[in-house]
Amino acid sequence: MTMPFYVAPEQFMKDKADFARKNIARGRPLVATVYDRGVLICAENSSRSLHKVSEIYDRIAFAGVGKYNEFDQLRVSGVQAADLKGYQFSREDVDARSLANLYARYMGNVFTHEMKPLEVEILVAEVGPRTGEDQLFHILYDGTVVDEDRFTALGGESDAISGRMDRAYSAGWLVGDALKASVSALGGERHLGATELEVAVLERGNGRRAFRRIVEPELSALLGEASEPGGAGTGEAPEAAGQPQ
Amino acid sequence: MTFPAFPPERDPGPDFHELLVRMGLSPFEPRAPQAVPRTTSATPFEVPHGTTICAVRYKDGVIMAGDRRATAGSAIAHRTIEKVHPADSYSGVAIAGAAGPALEMVRLFQLQLEHYEKVEGQALSLEGKANQLAQMVRGNFAMALQGLVVVPLFAGYDLRRARGRIYTYDPTGGRYEEIDFHADGSGGRDARTTIKLGFKEDLPREEGVELLVRALWQAADEDSATGGPDAVRGIYPTVATITAEGFTRVPEPEVAAAFERVIATLSAAEVHREDDER
Repeated sequence: MTMPFYVAPEQFMKDKADFARKNIARGRPLVATVYDRGVLICAENSSRSLHKVSEIYDRIAFAGVGKYNEFDQLRVSGVQAADLKGYQFSREDVDARSLANLYARYMGNVFTHEMKPLEVEILVAEVGPRTGEDQLFHILYDGTVVDEDRFTALGGESDAISGRMDRAYSAGWLVGDALKASVSALGGERHLGATELEVAVLERGNGRRAFRRIVEPELSALLGEASEPGGAGTGEAPEAAGQPQ
Repeated sequence: MTFPAFPPERDPGPDFHELLVRMGLSPFEPRAPQAVPRTTSATPFEVPHGTTICAVRYKDGVIMAGDRRATAGSAIAHRTIEKVHPADSYSGVAIAGAAGPALEMVRLFQLQLEHYEKVEGQALSLEGKANQLAQMVRGNFAMALQGLVVVPLFAGYDLRRARGRIYTYDPTGGRYEEIDFHADGSGGRDARTTIKLGFKEDLPREEGVELLVRALWQAADEDSATGGPDAVRGIYPTVATITAEGFTRVPEPEVAAAFERVIATLSAAEVHREDDER
């Protein structure tokens, strides 16, 4: 005879949260930070084609960790939501805050109502018109939104990474310094080379579409000898890397 | 705002127009051929129309140009309308026909290309872009029957083939690739003839710009709906080049200078003064 069983809501939610957290922690982490000219997003990702970091809109970028198909679907929905809003209203009306709220509502809804929560954490970043006006929204699997204005770490070991970032962070730093600090915060003991990284920036003054991937050879240059004194460290290494991809 | 989360079998994917259809926001009819209205009366009112647009292949890619006048019946509706627009980094779209739906089509087309690029992570091929535009023109077919015809001209630099390419359309959505040049709109015939007479393979940039400017001059000379250069207000046609470096507007002083050269070299027969007769 089957027993009618009762699971306390606390236990039910805790089980879901543990499930999501455990699986997210298995994936490779990602860190985002503001720098003098915008937002830098740096992910540990050895794939050249399955991106963790992507463009959503003119000044907005998306990054996700966890289960690829889930955060990629969220990314596409974000592009759709942003393009729809820009079409219905104006390009200026598309902002990260409202997009982050949309994501939060959706992810919170899935967490509460579906059997399986989303095994992802995402980041919605927006570059502002001036230094200090950039925004980072870190959204957790249950729809919790955390608003950061310096840096944020997503995925496994995010606390340790945040600690390392906190020690290295300096306001208004240059892209090379921000990148090196992000990479060593991500790696901890390990050394991460350019081939294991996916790096992109939202850059002020990069035209209408601020998103730009930093690829080789610019990436190696920035990791190695960029931001040397005299170079002004503006990260304007090879101009060719700025071409639309 | 709703969050567009679609089940996999209903996801519009990288197609922005399809997304608009799903959300009930498309300004153009769904792609499936619609029941065409029996009566094909023209619009009961005059709407602004764009007139002459042209494009020519040259050494580094293509050049596009369009005059700046929009007319509503015999009235001039706008003196400074833009008919040549960037579609994305490596292509441009010029419009002739009813200005309202045409500009909406351009806006939607630009978004469509960018949306695809963002969702898919890479840009459409030039031919893919041309086909997308054909579908939009076809979507406007019912409106075209009511007199709101939109006829775009699409040109771009094909990065894979390393050459400029030009596509023309008819109101039913028919898409035709031109080899060297084309012109459309009410002054299109005159412009086309002018380009035909002056075209040669591998035109240098300056000569290409001058050829299109000359074509627009001839169109404006024969067609009242096409605007000529307006030295009084300093209004000159929009001219743009599309090359491996992307879409670039030709600066207005350069267009003005090209006009001066064109006017200086008009034949005596063309500028035969009336008072000479007397």
